[in-house]
Amino acid sequence: MTAVSMTVNGQIVSADIDPRTLLVQFLREQLRLTGTHVGCDTSQCGCCVVHVNGDALKSCTTLALTCDGAQIVTIEGLATGDVLHPMQAAFRENHGLQCGFCTPGMIMTAVELVRRKGANLDEHTIREELEGNLCRCTGYHNIVKAIAAGAQAMGAAAE
Amino acid sequence: MTATGIGASVRRKEDFRFITGKGRYTDDINRPGQTYAFFVRSPHAHAAINGIDASAALKMKGVLAVLTGDDIAADKVGGLICGWMIHSKDGSPMKAGAHPALAQGKVRYVGDHVAVVIAETYTIARDAAEKVVVDYTVLPANADTASAARPGAPVVHDVAPDNMVYDWKLGEKEPTDAAFAKAAHVTTLEIVNNRLVPNPMEPRAAVGDYDEGSECFTLYTTSQNPHVARLVLSAFIGIAPEHKLRVIAPDVGGGFGSKIFIYAEETICVWAAKKVRRPVKWTSDRTEAFLADAHGRDHVTHAQLALDAAGKILGLRVKTTANLGAYLSTFSSAVPTYLYAPLLSGQYNIPAIYAEVDGVYTNTAPVDAYRGAGRPEATFVIERLMEVAAREIGRDPAEFRRQNFVTTFPHQTPVIMCYDGGDYPQALDKALELADYANIGKRKAESARKGLLRGIGISAYIEACGIAPSAAVGSLGAGVGLWESAEIRVNPVGTVEVLTGSHSHGQGHETTFAQLVSDRLGISIDNVAIIHGDTDKVQMGMGTYGSRSGAVGMSAIVKALDKIEAKAKKVAGHVLEASPEDIEFKDGKFSVKGTDKAIDFASLALQAYVAHKFSGQELEPGLKEGAFYDPTNFTFPAGVHICELEIDPQTGIVTIDKWTAVDDFGNLINPMIVEGQVHGGIAQGVGQALFEGAVYNKDGQLLTASYMDYQMPRAGDLLSYDIAVTNTPCPSNPLGIKGCGEAGAIASPPAVINALTDAVGHEDVPMPATPQVLWRAAQRAVQKIAAQ
Ligand code: FES
Ligand code: FES
Repeated sequence: MTAVSMTVNGQIVSADIDPRTLLVQFLREQLRLTGTHVGCDTSQCGCCVVHVNGDALKSCTTLALTCDGAQIVTIEGLATGDVLHPMQAAFRENHGLQCGFCTPGMIMTAVELVRRKGANLDEHTIREELEGNLCRCTGYHNIVKAIAAGAQAMGAAAE
Repeated sequence: MTATGIGASVRRKEDFRFITGKGRYTDDINRPGQTYAFFVRSPHAHAAINGIDASAALKMKGVLAVLTGDDIAADKVGGLICGWMIHSKDGSPMKAGAHPALAQGKVRYVGDHVAVVIAETYTIARDAAEKVVVDYTVLPANADTASAARPGAPVVHDVAPDNMVYDWKLGEKEPTDAAFAKAAHVTTLEIVNNRLVPNPMEPRAAVGDYDEGSECFTLYTTSQNPHVARLVLSAFIGIAPEHKLRVIAPDVGGGFGSKIFIYAEETICVWAAKKVRRPVKWTSDRTEAFLADAHGRDHVTHAQLALDAAGKILGLRVKTTANLGAYLSTFSSAVPTYLYAPLLSGQYNIPAIYAEVDGVYTNTAPVDAYRGAGRPEATFVIERLMEVAAREIGRDPAEFRRQNFVTTFPHQTPVIMCYDGGDYPQALDKALELADYANIGKRKAESARKGLLRGIGISAYIEACGIAPSAAVGSLGAGVGLWESAEIRVNPVGTVEVLTGSHSHGQGHETTFAQLVSDRLGISIDNVAIIHGDTDKVQMGMGTYGSRSGAVGMSAIVKALDKIEAKAKKVAGHVLEASPEDIEFKDGKFSVKGTDKAIDFASLALQAYVAHKFSGQELEPGLKEGAFYDPTNFTFPAGVHICELEIDPQTGIVTIDKWTAVDDFGNLINPMIVEGQVHGGIAQGVGQALFEGAVYNKDGQLLTASYMDYQMPRAGDLLSYDIAVTNTPCPSNPLGIKGCGEAGAIASPPAVINALTDAVGHEDVPMPATPQVLWRAAQRAVQKIAAQ
């Protein structure tokens, strides 16, 4: 067992963990933050994406220990109280989800994408940037629309 | 239409919890004292088990138990079942080999369940599973669909020495042969419908729990039909009688058919919970999902279409070998028979059809329903034949289809189905216009100037949804009726709970069902809760698959609403001192005809419960009604999809340029949700046509057992679709709706392949049409063009 400490959604958490523990296991099983999902075991699906120090990262391929001291944001930490993050609101408004299983990873990926590439995202860019996220339900059509709209809304909110 | 009523694109009620990470999927559920299961699976496709030595595993700290087929047998846990009886041509019943939840003496596919380790943590269970030593004698494997029943092939089940589950037929041979005898032209195709892995993004999971005090079991599971799971676990597998077994399917992350079935892992978790006297949790990893979720499709077909000199279809002859895998999964037997051959007539008037289907065992994972289930396979056969036939006789594929469309209804096909309504030319016209079909020649020439090959492909599909009536499916061999239940509970404050036997795993029932109720009762959509997925709350139901929740599930709600309205009118009669016949119900108000005496819905609900205005002898207090709805027919969604694409002959890379979909789903409850279903279906169909394929080698090893090897469609592989609808309301249910969940997956594969073959000069192209396949075909096409 090894001690680890990090800030998750603004709260400092510390625990003794098996060094093999993945970040996603730490979040889901120790902190009971079950919004982050596991959809594969080869780092391909992106259901597990969270933000580590502002970067979108696949928490299924990250050892919790390597996040010692890091700032983590999960899907549970994105809204401000009852107010949805613009990207969350855009997914709902544009029907960017069906079963919802890929959705947390999609939203976390999208938010970071806007931070990197700005609020004006064309369809091609969005589709290319979703390389690491699989959705089996939506055919991506409405996810792409949602991200474009969410990006615009994030841009407007930042002004 | 109100803002939240029928026909409005209401934003989904369920979304809030999903976008904030508060969904509750099975793997999110943890019970106090929970243990973890990990399955020891066969690494061999076919082997005898000589012995299992679990001693090293049992010595590990944290291991509670290692259970095997012997424990299953000792506890008399019944085998997994197939619930649809198919008879061979000679009338003999299908040959169902035993399917124990843990192998007994033999394993039959890679991933077959040999033992389960139960431990304090998932990691310990997984580590311990590696220490379970299984002594196998490896046997030759039988892994190829087309040759599975060849003489001398390894025998998968002794009950089927020729590996034939059944040899089944539909339609009449003699009239079909006669039609071919007088044909002016016969088109012949050899078709492989590639094997797919459903891949809902949420892997299967289960938590089994046992309460010693009440002797009740609870199973949380990723199911599309928890009541059917309970029925099978009780009546056939014998876990516990139904009143001692609760099955809960909470939020479920997609199913596409693969979560209909009653599998070994879920069965073991609930059984083992009593054995170890602790809750037992299992969560599939993705590799396990590839190995052991039921796969889809996997047909090899020889098909022929007979035409007269004018291009009218005279007959259709189909011979299919369907791979059913190593065991018969829950509905597997029905998929390549009654869900397949009755759809071979497509949208066309075909006077004679004869289909033969051989269901075969192989040493591969069980094959069962996957989005569309039989109907995509049928549509692929007829739509490829139509395309190739049109080209062979020098006709425009669109006009050749139009010439042969069914145009009068009801239309009885030679293969069971009676189409009750539709307007096929209308959908075709609309699709051709939206796709700018008239100018395809110009676009092809432009592509050619850039050195690219452009093609266009049409698919005019029909499918049958809401499989019913119960008596009819019973006569075809179904073990259950395919009705649906609903119960409406009006609370004293006027809010409403709707209990439905349908199950939502992405379809948005919490919204669409609430739209229906809100529309009818004139109450806010926020005052309607949809309850599903828990056998302790909803008494019985058949679940969600085959696009049945709208046509069947919502129709049951309509029936219950009718009863609510009738009862409420009686209450209103007492309250307003009028005869119930004089009570009108409109816009959420009960009023006495021709007067201004009225009471709103919420006040009426309260009156029903306080029951002061009437005696309990004349009218029962309360406002709660239930209904079971059994449809009068299947529903028949139909439409036309057109795919236009470009192939780069240098690389074999294909770019889909434009996708046009015109679907007739009858009346729509929520167009936004319907469009979403179409988008998702198209993506899966394009996946089948271009990317996806489960590959077993000759030893029965699955070569495509992860996302590294099995190509799922990604956002960058796809495009935005142009979607439109036509509407001929369905005459067979009160809402006039037909179902939309599978249409995209059914329509799209032939549209893609027809477009590809158009691009490469009419050469046949197999699925998945990978860049390598297309590069070779495109090279030949380019040479042909150069030679001309
Ligand atoms: S769980 Fe699939 S990429 Fe992390
Ligand atoms: S919404 Fe179901 S996987 Fe994306």
